[in-house]
Amino acid sequence: MSDHPLIEVNDVKKHFGATKAVDGVSLQIQKGEFVALLGPNGAGKTTLVEMIEGIQKPDTGSILVKGMNWASQSKEIRKIIGLSLQETHFIDKLRVDETLELFASFYDLSQSRVEASLEMVGLVEKRKTYTKNLSGGQKQKLALGIAFLNQPEILLLDEPTTGLDPTARREVWDILMEMKREYNTAMILTTHYMEEASYLCKRIIMVDHGKILAKGTLNELLARYKNGEMITFEVDRGIEDQVFKKLGNYLSINLQENNTKGEIIVESLVSYLPELLKYIENNKLKLISIECRKMTLDDLFITMTGRHLSD
Amino acid sequence: MKQLYQLFIVELKEYIREPGALFWSILFPILLALGLGMAFSGGGNQDRTIAVVCPSNCQGLALLPQTDTTVKIGNEKIGYTNFKFKHKDWNEAVLMLKQGKTSLVLMPSDVGELNYHFDPANADAKLSYLQLSDYFGKKPVNEAEIEILKQEGTRYVDFLVPGILAMGIMMSCMWGISYRTVDRRNKKLLRRMVATPMKKSFYVITQIASNILTGALEATLLVVVTHLVFNIKITGSFIALLLMFLAGNIFFSGLAWLVASRTSKTQIANGLINLVVMPMMIMSGIYFSYHNFPDFMIDIIKFLPLTILADNIRSIFIEGAGLGHVLTPFALLSGIGMVLFAIGIRVYKWY
Repeated sequence: MSDHPLIEVNDVKKHFGATKAVDGVSLQIQKGEFVALLGPNGAGKTTLVEMIEGIQKPDTGSILVKGMNWASQSKEIRKIIGLSLQETHFIDKLRVDETLELFASFYDLSQSRVEASLEMVGLVEKRKTYTKNLSGGQKQKLALGIAFLNQPEILLLDEPTTGLDPTARREVWDILMEMKREYNTAMILTTHYMEEASYLCKRIIMVDHGKILAKGTLNELLARYKNGEMITFEVDRGIEDQVFKKLGNYLSINLQENNTKGEIIVESLVSYLPELLKYIENNKLKLISIECRKMTLDDLFITMTGRHLSD
Repeated sequence: MKQLYQLFIVELKEYIREPGALFWSILFPILLALGLGMAFSGGGNQDRTIAVVCPSNCQGLALLPQTDTTVKIGNEKIGYTNFKFKHKDWNEAVLMLKQGKTSLVLMPSDVGELNYHFDPANADAKLSYLQLSDYFGKKPVNEAEIEILKQEGTRYVDFLVPGILAMGIMMSCMWGISYRTVDRRNKKLLRRMVATPMKKSFYVITQIASNILTGALEATLLVVVTHLVFNIKITGSFIALLLMFLAGNIFFSGLAWLVASRTSKTQIANGLINLVVMPMMIMSGIYFSYHNFPDFMIDIIKFLPLTILADNIRSIFIEGAGLGHVLTPFALLSGIGMVLFAIGIRVYKWY
């Protein structure tokens, strides 16, 4: 069994009526690997993850967890996965530790696992709190605590930090990194936060409309633009199209509002930017704003799909 | 076993920690029994307003009060009724009828006889008519001929308490199970739970078992309180009562499971429950005997599950029914309940 990848998804499709939620996805995840499914809402991330979790069945294609399939070995698979759903609420008037004890009983685990989970997600002090009195971040930590109870080999987390404030998000990240460090847990995480994907996961899979758009490490993905850099500007009068060509080489350009605004992706900021500024000065244009930065995954996503990750 | 225990304990904790639910399931039925039991337990004085329309020729009628007065009619045995005579013109009297302020209008006829205007379908008006026509001299009430029923089991409250007990079983199963189910489905908690190796059958068993336990608590308190206040007694077999209690729980849990098997919307679940519960609450003879319905309806009503449950529990309480009496209804209710469960589990939406 050990030579199987932890997760093997082969050409999986899932339709809801006319909507192709997942349209031919294949991927593999190895032991201890953290993989992000990055895409906007409605990209099919949740459907894909829920099929891996055994909550939904694929129309076609196969999903193997450690070489086992859901149809015949669901019990064994459930024992080695831990998961958190996009938003789980708990029984309102049940305390944190009682909630963990309930879930621990489903796995036939001892009280020591409950304690270990409380410790891991930092809810020891909140153990006697009713779940309905927990903050959003604490609820998410409890969900992680439940996912962690059975010491899973793989965690499947559906948008674990959506809606959390930056501090709470950072705390969740720390918990996940700790699990990876101490238990070599593998993880599939869906997110539409680029920082989250790049901070937690070595491998990023960009998805939209149920298909994989691109995959690789953050650097591999960005390298598609030869480390392109972006200039965003706004001036008071329009600049003619051909001017930009004369100023230097660029990879792509996107002009708006009668050429008074635009985004230029260039190979070298150092050579293009001075020329642009010089042109603005010589032609007595008024510079309203200018911003330069390295390309991001969001830029990459826009160039591939025409929409933002956060859409 | 640990799983079963945990699931069971969680249901009980949720029940105990919700003061609102405790009020509705425990206190409300008791208050209902006390309130209705006292309101209809006879004795005491009743007030009735009678509109008197006297255009001109009232003087000839000796007993008829010529001004607005209150006359106490009745006797010690059956209690008194305070008839408040109010002189009105005809239009005012009709308005009082419409507004329910009176149910009977007195008016002398052209020849000086007293006429009673009332709706004979209104039992209360009919009673007022009989009392007043006696009073105005038709026939004196022969007090000696009246024997008040004091035998236990024949009072209204004896009829009422077993009915409320039966209704309590229906209500706590229907609302308890379906509310929890829809709430947890809505919160995606059911989805989260079945993504673990939890045994679904254990979940189902604890749903029924916890309802039986809390229902037993509710029923015991109702019986104890009404015993202390009204001296309600279980004259029949206690085992038979337990069997009917069990059958009622199985049936209505099964029905609740089926009703809540698909939806995750509270409004839809509420509507479905009301659809099931309301007709039975009205028709199954909980508060008042269903024998006043037309015959063809009685034939149907007799087979409503709540009617079967209430009638049998009532027989055990007041007719001294034994084990043999309830075996058929027990088998019927629990059998159908199991079938409903089986269907419910088949179509149940965990995700």
